[in-house]
Amino acid sequence: MLYIVDRRKNPKGKSLGNRQRFMRRAKAQIKKAVEDTIRTRGITDINSGDSITIPGKTLHEPGFHHARRGGDRNYVLPGNKKFVPGDRIARPQSGDGGAGGSQASPDGDGEDEFQFTLSRDEFLDIFFEDLELPDLLKKSLKQTTAFRTARAGFSSDGTPANLSLVRTMRNSLARRIGLRRPKTAEIRDLEEKIAALQAKAEKRPSGKLTKPDEDTLHMLLADLEEAKRRMKAIPFIDPIDTRYNQFQQIPDPNTQAVMFCLMDVSGSMSEQMKELAKRFFMLLHLFLHRRYEHVDVVFIRHTSRAAEVDEETFFYSRETGGTIVSTALEEMKRVLKDRYPTDQWNIYAAQASDGDNYSNDGAKCTALLAEDLLPKCQYYAYIEITDEREAEIFSSAEGETALWKAYAPVARANARFALKRVTKAADIFPVFRELFAKNRAEKLSGVKG
Amino acid sequence: MTEKRTTKADMEKTAASDSAPGLLFSGADWDFNTLKATYDAIEDIAINELKLNVYPNQVEVITSEQMLDAYSSIGMPLMYHHWSFGKRFVRDDVMYRKGYQGLAYEIVINSNPCISYVMEENTIVMQALVIAHAAFGHNHFFKNNYLFKQWTDAEGILDYLQFAKRYIAKCEDRYGFDAVERVLDAAHALMEQGVNRYSHPEKPNLAEELERERERAKYEDETYNDLWRTLPQAEKDDEDLDEMRRKMRMEERRAQFGLPEENLLYFLEKNAPSMQLWEREILRIVRNIGQYFYPQKQTKMMNEGCACYVHYAIMNSLYDKGLISEGAMMEFIDYHSRVVFQAEYDDPRYSGFNPYALGFAMMQDIHRICVDPTEEDRKWFPDIAGNNEPIETLKEAWAHYRDESFILQFLSPKLMRDMRMFLIEDLSSSPHLEVAAIHDDNGYRKVRRALARMHDISVREPDMQVVDVDIRGNRQLYIQHTEHDGIRLEKSEAEMTLGYIGQLWGYGVTLQAVDHETGEILHEMDYTPEDLANS
Repeated sequence: MLYIVDRRKNPKGKSLGNRQRFMRRAKAQIKKAVEDTIRTRGITDINSGDSITIPGKTLHEPGFHHARRGGDRNYVLPGNKKFVPGDRIARPQSGDGGAGGSQASPDGDGEDEFQFTLSRDEFLDIFFEDLELPDLLKKSLKQTTAFRTARAGFSSDGTPANLSLVRTMRNSLARRIGLRRPKTAEIRDLEEKIAALQAKAEKRPSGKLTKPDEDTLHMLLADLEEAKRRMKAIPFIDPIDTRYNQFQQIPDPNTQAVMFCLMDVSGSMSEQMKELAKRFFMLLHLFLHRRYEHVDVVFIRHTSRAAEVDEETFFYSRETGGTIVSTALEEMKRVLKDRYPTDQWNIYAAQASDGDNYSNDGAKCTALLAEDLLPKCQYYAYIEITDEREAEIFSSAEGETALWKAYAPVARANARFALKRVTKAADIFPVFRELFAKNRAEKLSGVKG
Repeated sequence: MTEKRTTKADMEKTAASDSAPGLLFSGADWDFNTLKATYDAIEDIAINELKLNVYPNQVEVITSEQMLDAYSSIGMPLMYHHWSFGKRFVRDDVMYRKGYQGLAYEIVINSNPCISYVMEENTIVMQALVIAHAAFGHNHFFKNNYLFKQWTDAEGILDYLQFAKRYIAKCEDRYGFDAVERVLDAAHALMEQGVNRYSHPEKPNLAEELERERERAKYEDETYNDLWRTLPQAEKDDEDLDEMRRKMRMEERRAQFGLPEENLLYFLEKNAPSMQLWEREILRIVRNIGQYFYPQKQTKMMNEGCACYVHYAIMNSLYDKGLISEGAMMEFIDYHSRVVFQAEYDDPRYSGFNPYALGFAMMQDIHRICVDPTEEDRKWFPDIAGNNEPIETLKEAWAHYRDESFILQFLSPKLMRDMRMFLIEDLSSSPHLEVAAIHDDNGYRKVRRALARMHDISVREPDMQVVDVDIRGNRQLYIQHTEHDGIRLEKSEAEMTLGYIGQLWGYGVTLQAVDHETGEILHEMDYTPEDLANS
């Protein structure tokens, strides 16, 4: 009467479909929660999943239920200690106190907040969403390591496309020699000899061969038969001969990179602009993290002075003062020289600003960039963050900001430098498209503001 | 009494050592052989000593992840997909991982064969307990209780769920996630109102279900006529009909629609004017599943009491026969006493009566009344007191009662005293609560009646009915909530649920609350669909 079934091997995660539907349902809330998390998260932490909390309201499942209060009710409770009939008890003021257990909602659905954990993939999906990344890129960014395919010797099985002809034929030949498979030429030779003898017989008046020839013919015929049998029994190519080229995925050589984040923190940069800049830095970090095993991040902020700071200060502390961009470049140059020798580090830099600059500073910036920094950098990206309303004005050439004016010629002359205007999150990605395009030099010739 | 029984057994067994040859197992680990041997020993006791009548058993061993999966789809091995199950899953997942909540040791399904899930992490003692509890206790209850016999189809439920899962997946393919989700959301909101409480439904039969589904689709194909779309919709009611004829019309209408109708989902499935056939089928699926669970809601306390009584009897019998060691018995008692723990009303852990505790206490109490009655018991329970047939008496009770009637019939004064039950009266007209009765001669009957009412589903869930539909006019649907003792519906909940009804119905819906004594309408709530509200 008993069946014991071991279900442990059955696939788990039967609830995946339900989980996905749940995520769809709560998408707006989850997205908001993720955005909040991004705001509070460090740039380098972007690469993991996280536990998020969303309001329970939209996930509420209503139904017709009795109100918890009001009306005339009776209930029985256990554990009487001192009451006698007729005792009066003050009505509990808050909540349902000890009473009303049977009215409690069945599974605590009334809770206001709902906490759960997003996997790294789910988190990144949502992070990527309004950056409008192409799907292929999303996929490759989510992979933790980059791989390349390399030859890895030979194996005795594989797909026909990978058949190694040389190896296979070599094995085949060795086997054929070892098993003494007759060659086609030998058979042809035998047949010729037989034919010659038979021709000889026809020429003779008796139509018969002499005795020795007759014996030879018989021997030859027997040899031929034996040769043909062997040929049939020993195949030209046997499955044991075949060899296939084997390939292996090996991780791309991972080295180290340093990423410089430069940002103008003067009063003209609003919180929202900084938020956009943060997205940009995060994405750059993701890209670099994929390419390099070790990524250092250096934060340099500037007003009229520049300083290397920690991430918290970089994004959140306020500073007043004018704007002199060259101070930041100087600082970067100093840090580069002190800590990051170019022969050991890949250097990337990203600068975010609203484009303001002290009017006489432009030439100095250009010089610093072109002569000191760009030759050392793999890539230098400048994004200019503008208000959406202002973007209209700047679309005309006259509206160029001071910094843009200074940088534009550098970009034209140097393929390692890119500049872009960004008004919303979706504008960020095109910068990266250029950054990681295979043939950067060609593409960059087309870059303009 | 619990203690008495164990100590007696303890004294008999003091000499037995842990490595005695007769033991089924020692230590905590188990394998499939020990599991089988343990099952056989338990089965022997259950069938030959307790004389239980059970479905064949299927014990399935699963991992904790699979247990979490099973949790989220209301314990069923097969279920269609819906976000609310995902919500349950992510919540249980977080609770479990953070250690706020353990997992159930077992899940049992009312099917034939009766499927019990046990977790691989359980110790062998726990597995024995689970097998005794679920595979015999619950199993016997499922097979013999009249509610389950009448209302559920243990043979067909898994096939039906398979059908439901496929059907809904097919609808999602065909009509999109959103459309299906909308219908399911609405149906789930009405699930409690989707059961027949009084009249018998036919048991769903898979072959018939499939046939009916095919016919529906066929009918749809055959009768499809694009021209109908272009016909003007509503007909104007004749203005000059006199009151008499109006009334007659209404009576006719109510007869035509079978009103009043307590099963809202059934009514909508059959009568909603603008629903697609597949939408009706989904309502039917949700309704059938709701109906399947309805007996479980009505017998929660008895069902658990029965299972606890059975596992307690079996484990003790195993111990008395020398099949399990003292250590195993201690482990069992530890689990058992945690399961049947009842917090008192002023305890922070209190959250209502624990059905395991109350159920187990009542079963043990009946056993006591049968075997060792007092004078009081003889007065209160002349039929069973001292009949010396505890198992037979209990089996009778398990077969013919539900929680409410069981309490009304069998709750004894002694148990009320033991649990120190008292009755609180909470009148809206009074500024304070009053203790109406306690566990004394004047109070026993009152307390018992009130406790029984608390276990009555028809009292706990609101009384909702479809009462009228203005079929020739604007198709307004009228739903009535009969208010007892001035207990209203939770307003925000009711509004949202009314919105779901409106969505299915496609036209306006009015929810009326009427007093159950006077029949007068106390208040009303309206729902107007958006497209109508704008015009």
